[in-house]
Amino acid sequence: MEKKEKKERIGVYICHCGGNISDYVDVAQIKDIVKNEEGVIISKNVMFACADSNQKEMIKDIENEKLDAIVVASCSPKLHLHTFRNVALRGGINPYNYTQVNIREQCSWAHSDTPKEATQKAAGLIRAGINKVSFSEALENIEVSSTRAVVIIGAGVSGMRASIDLAKMGNQVYLIEKENSIGGNISKWKDLFITGQKGNTIIEALGKQIRELTNITVFTSATIEKVSGSLGNFIVQVKIGSEILNLKSGAILVTTGFDSYIPKEGEFGYKTYPCVITLPEFRELIDNSRETLIYNNRKVNSIAYIYCVGMRQTKGENKYCSRVCCTTAIHSSLLVHEKFNEVQAYHLYRDIRTYGKQELLYERSSKSSDIYLKYDEKAPPVVEIAGSKLLVKVKDELTKRQELVLETDLVVLVTGMVPRSDSRQISALLKIPVGNDKFFNEIHPKLRPVETVINGVFLGGSCQGPKNISESVQSALSAAVKINALTKNPTIQLEPIIARVNFDACIWCGKCAEVCEYDAIHPLEMYGKTVASVNEAVCKGCGMCTPVCPSDAIDMAQYSNNEIEGMIDGFLEKVELEKAEGTSAPGEGEDGNTMKDMPQIWRQLAACLDKESKTIPALAKELDLNPELVTYHMMTMNKYNLVEADGLDDSDEYYAYKLKNLPHVEN
Amino acid sequence: MENKQIRPKILVFSTDKISDPGIDQAGLRKIHYSPAVYVISLPCSSGIKPRWILHALKQGFDGVFIAADGHECSYSPKCPDLTNKIIEESQRLMKENNINPKRIRMAAICSVCAEPFASHMANFTKILAELE
Ligand SMILES: Cc1cc2nc3c(=O)[nH]c(=O)nc-3n(C[C@H](O)[C@H](O)[C@H](O)COP(=O)(O)OP(=O)(O)OC[C@H]3O[C@@H](n4cnc5c(N)ncnc54)[C@H](O)[C@@H]3O)c2cc1C
Ligand code: SF4
Ligand code: SF4
Ligand code: SF4
Repeated sequence: MEKKEKKERIGVYICHCGGNISDYVDVAQIKDIVKNEEGVIISKNVMFACADSNQKEMIKDIENEKLDAIVVASCSPKLHLHTFRNVALRGGINPYNYTQVNIREQCSWAHSDTPKEATQKAAGLIRAGINKVSFSEALENIEVSSTRAVVIIGAGVSGMRASIDLAKMGNQVYLIEKENSIGGNISKWKDLFITGQKGNTIIEALGKQIRELTNITVFTSATIEKVSGSLGNFIVQVKIGSEILNLKSGAILVTTGFDSYIPKEGEFGYKTYPCVITLPEFRELIDNSRETLIYNNRKVNSIAYIYCVGMRQTKGENKYCSRVCCTTAIHSSLLVHEKFNEVQAYHLYRDIRTYGKQELLYERSSKSSDIYLKYDEKAPPVVEIAGSKLLVKVKDELTKRQELVLETDLVVLVTGMVPRSDSRQISALLKIPVGNDKFFNEIHPKLRPVETVINGVFLGGSCQGPKNISESVQSALSAAVKINALTKNPTIQLEPIIARVNFDACIWCGKCAEVCEYDAIHPLEMYGKTVASVNEAVCKGCGMCTPVCPSDAIDMAQYSNNEIEGMIDGFLEKVELEKAEGTSAPGEGEDGNTMKDMPQIWRQLAACLDKESKTIPALAKELDLNPELVTYHMMTMNKYNLVEADGLDDSDEYYAYKLKNLPHVEN
Repeated sequence: MENKQIRPKILVFSTDKISDPGIDQAGLRKIHYSPAVYVISLPCSSGIKPRWILHALKQGFDGVFIAADGHECSYSPKCPDLTNKIIEESQRLMKENNINPKRIRMAAICSVCAEPFASHMANFTKILAELE
């Protein structure tokens, strides 16, 4: 760490982003300012840095000018960091000797109201990028060996379905279930929405496939005791009765599912009045009753369903909507009508959330004799007993909060899905973060929906949050595919952005090891003294260990003191803007840019327009390009006065375009 | 502090996965904030070294703002505590160097916090301008 030698042949590419940047930031002037920075060999403006043609130019520059580092000042690194790391690699330099500077989201767009200051700031940002890259180190991906085996915790529908796919893809699968039988929640229920299949039939069919696959081993009445190792080489200790097994696996899939909310004693009369039950209890009642619906030795002629019990609590613990319960309640009500004669249903709801195809069930129910009454969270229904009568009082929002008193035989509390009561044990063993809703947290709900921050540990099904069967299986299967992508190779590549210890400076005080959440730091005997050593496969690269070191002996790759302090100095360097502010496009720069500096696609379009004017559909057809892409580029060329409209075509439908102000077109 | 620009210079430490996307959002939606705000993105706010903060303030930044993940941090629930400790240690170093401890601030910024970020920047800019 703290390498002294700096990069000496840096290429800097400052992007117009087709006007998104150059409309506000004077990119031509910045190009000239940074040209003189120490170590900079090339400083260029480019129309679209990410365009294929520019990537090829960059590779040529790296080769011809023997560049040792590159900086691209364009959009957010979230979009193109990997694109340009790849360009570096293809050009023959280490991908980590590349820095992306965000002059679009964090400059031209954020400060489009003050273009001069935006230009000044962009210069600072790029200088910071140059300083950072000049101290950057070449890093090699970390390679770990991998076992082609997967441990799946939880044999509900999600875990079972994923086990079949992982086994078929060639993995040894260990399916661990804490109960004495597999199947999870749905094995308890018969008819299920949306297909009408029976829960136990689905589970039996999956069970049959599992038995036929010789590379799946199922352990029931089994609990996870300990997990050690890391991606590629986990050791999962499983206890079955008095026996302890150590299973070696490359990755772990968690499919531990959910619990149903259990109302507190007295909540809507639960456990205080005999005829108040929860939705899962009601499902079992329907399944086990024949011809007549009887509860507590009494024929049930009317039912009041109270929705959102334990869910969507503004003040309580469960703030989220459990998504599945509205449909389950309505589906149950339809089942009651199908199976038993003349049962009146009252649905006391807050909102009905039967999204997607489930809406059809709601439509059927609304057209039946069922009555829907909307209540407000602040004035929930009240369940009372008057003599032998069970009464539910509700203020209906849709009839000016008029209070209605319903006499009913059964109250069904529509309870939702909550995290497993023992999920803390699994989260502690595997170090999976839990969200505010206490379900397990993925890295990002949209972008990385089945991965956790722990490399090699994945989530599937309803342990992530309320899901119906099809959503549970979707997430479990996408985790299966992700896992297989890792385990199918004998070795796995990891990003090298992790903590490193300067052994000379380390005095083994243990402070770094103490704060590390992942147990990645251990003492090591070296050169006759004890020092801290980081396990590369375990370190997550969070950097938490670095500020606590009393001798500044530990830092993170890509975030060394030189790199960060160099960035700070770059931001602060004085920027002298010489020319009046203004924007420019390539092709009109005073240093004689020609069509050569323009994107390949512009040159192709210009060549097509060389002899006669043409419409966008005609250009798209001629060049075999997507018309939207052609429209985008023609509009940008129009903005820069390179083409202009030339009247409508013969069918009066499209504008034709012709060249304007274009120098000589070379191809 | 003579001849200073009207706009105080603010260094923001953001986080790659959560607060930096929030700051990007502000730009994407053209929600403007002071152009004297410069951002360094790190994996996690609990990896900021107090020496960097001191370096920034000594070299010419008027304030340092930590856009933390708060309880959303995907690395550790201890993140808010550790980040607080970093601020305390930085303020200790700042005092030693006669720098007003008000020049450092922290707030949780999430990936959709575009408006909150812009308003934090406006507030901090005002506070720093008054300190001068
Ligand atoms: C009343 C009700 C009715 C429903 N009806 C429908 C319907 O009709 N249609 C529909 O699409 N969806 C329905 N759902 C939703 C459906 O139940 C879920 O989508 C589905 O069960 C999710 O499956 P899963 O495998 O993710 O979780 P689960 O079914 O909960 O299975 C998880 C498994 O993991 C095991 N496990 C947990 N912790 C551990 C551990 N630490 N170690 C080992 N094993 C562990 C459990 O014992 C269990 O076997 C209904 C839900 C409810 C509450
Ligand atoms: S799905 Fe329906 S009943 Fe369940 S919490 Fe959401 S709104 Fe309430
Ligand atoms: S905190 Fe620093 S000195 Fe202490 S063990 Fe870790 S690296 Fe070594
Ligand atoms: S960077 Fe984070 S995960 Fe890696 S050793 Fe340091 S504290 Fe542990």
